[in-house]
Amino acid sequence: MPEPLLKVAGLNAFYGESHVLHGVDLEVGAGELVTLLGRNGAGKTTTLKSVVGMIADRRGSVAYQGHELIELPSHVIARLGLAFCPEERGIFASLDVGENLMLPPEIAPGGMGLDDIFRLFPNLKERLRSQGTKLSGGEQQMLAIARILRTGARLLLLDEPTEGLAPVIIEQIGACIGELKAKGFTILLVEQNFRFATEVADRFYVMENGRIVDEIGRADLDRRRTDIEAYLGV
Amino acid sequence: MDFFGIPPQALLGQLLLGLINGAFYAMLSLGLAVIFGMLNIINFTHGAQYMMGAFAAYFLLHYLGLGYWWALILAPIGVGAVGVAIERTMLRHLYKLDHLYGLLLTFGLALVVQGLFQNEFGSSGLPYRIPAELQGGQNLGFMFLPNYRAWVVLVSLAVCLATWFLIERTRLGAYLRAATENPALVQAFGINVPRMITLTYGFGVALAAFAGVLAAPIYQVNPLMGSNLIIIVFAVVVIGGMGSIMGAILTGFGLGLIEGLTKVFYPEASSTVIFVIMALVLLVKPAGLFGRTA
Repeated sequence: MPEPLLKVAGLNAFYGESHVLHGVDLEVGAGELVTLLGRNGAGKTTTLKSVVGMIADRRGSVAYQGHELIELPSHVIARLGLAFCPEERGIFASLDVGENLMLPPEIAPGGMGLDDIFRLFPNLKERLRSQGTKLSGGEQQMLAIARILRTGARLLLLDEPTEGLAPVIIEQIGACIGELKAKGFTILLVEQNFRFATEVADRFYVMENGRIVDEIGRADLDRRRTDIEAYLGV
Repeated sequence: MDFFGIPPQALLGQLLLGLINGAFYAMLSLGLAVIFGMLNIINFTHGAQYMMGAFAAYFLLHYLGLGYWWALILAPIGVGAVGVAIERTMLRHLYKLDHLYGLLLTFGLALVVQGLFQNEFGSSGLPYRIPAELQGGQNLGFMFLPNYRAWVVLVSLAVCLATWFLIERTRLGAYLRAATENPALVQAFGINVPRMITLTYGFGVALAAFAGVLAAPIYQVNPLMGSNLIIIVFAVVVIGGMGSIMGAILTGFGLGLIEGLTKVFYPEASSTVIFVIMALVLLVKPAGLFGRTA
């Protein structure tokens, strides 16, 4: 197996006194779409934030293309080619849609052009002058994804992109993620919506109490369905 | 022709004085608003930094022979650099704490700086001449307009509007506004937010020093010039609302004018009118006239 694009080993993370991640190990190969499953509070978001350097107190190893990231500040990590789309979307109220879209600086050549982005998300083009937070929830999610496609980042970390959205919007986001995969983006996805995750992901990790407790390949999905339901408590 | 029994010369003269005071209120409250937006710190050292700008102009002239025009450029750079050092060594440890800690630290710093200058230069003030190019004035028929005062109003308007444009209309400004809302996310996009915070503080301080240079020929160079002004400027900021750029500019000029008018119509209240307005605004709209409630 070739060296994975992202290799996390023995990752621990802390919020002040509370120890949130207890030695997370995971790998994401280039071009792969990997999903982190798990209940609320299992440490999925903290894992993503630790990878991109947004958790100040983190230990262990996070390697991207062989570079160790664990000691780097988040703005340096981003410049290596990682982009994060937060669960709460992080659309800026004091910026209009166009400014939100253009905010993340280009970090490498080969980012998606605005034409491609507007083809994926036609709604955004019509709302460029609106205040960012005046968009609907679905449009805000599209904006949050769209703005990290421009930058030339190759590894996208998406935190619950379908949360709180209507089924028709979820379908649109799913189609978009499929297209991103086809374009060769590598994606680490956190998702509570298991049905959505099964449609797009190649591989799954299950998290519980700050640890990876299981790994499931796409081929084993049907066979392992009852296990997964037990993990997620559905 | 009188307005309510007031000769127009007196009225316009006071309005002009109000406009000049307003220009300083606007420049200083603008710097405070920029700093507060980015650093979450109420910069009580602002008045001392304004005073340092005036002293820098005085030093440049007396020790290096560099006049007013050089001072307008060099004093903000020098005092801004001192600001950068303060941010690097002290303020950055306070961002995660309540506003109160930043206020106390900067207040203490202001007292130290002021004390040092007072010890060295006394309290009587040092003269600083109006540059030759701006001496004299225009007779407008109804009043005499000193050139230097007209210059102060115009240049401060220009600086305020340029700052507004920089923050509200440029890409750099978009970074600043976004980082004000969610610095962690902006940094995760690849922007060096800690450096941006340092430079923002330096810029705000430089703005205060620039105002200090402008003030030197009008008010003399005095260690206490900042402490006299800063209390009013804080009232202006409270009235305008923390964090609004245009709010700081409009409130600064507006309150200067109101103060000038009060001097004409009811001079007894002229030194308190701003604080009365502040109290009223706090009661009716605690976030300030242009402030956003978080």
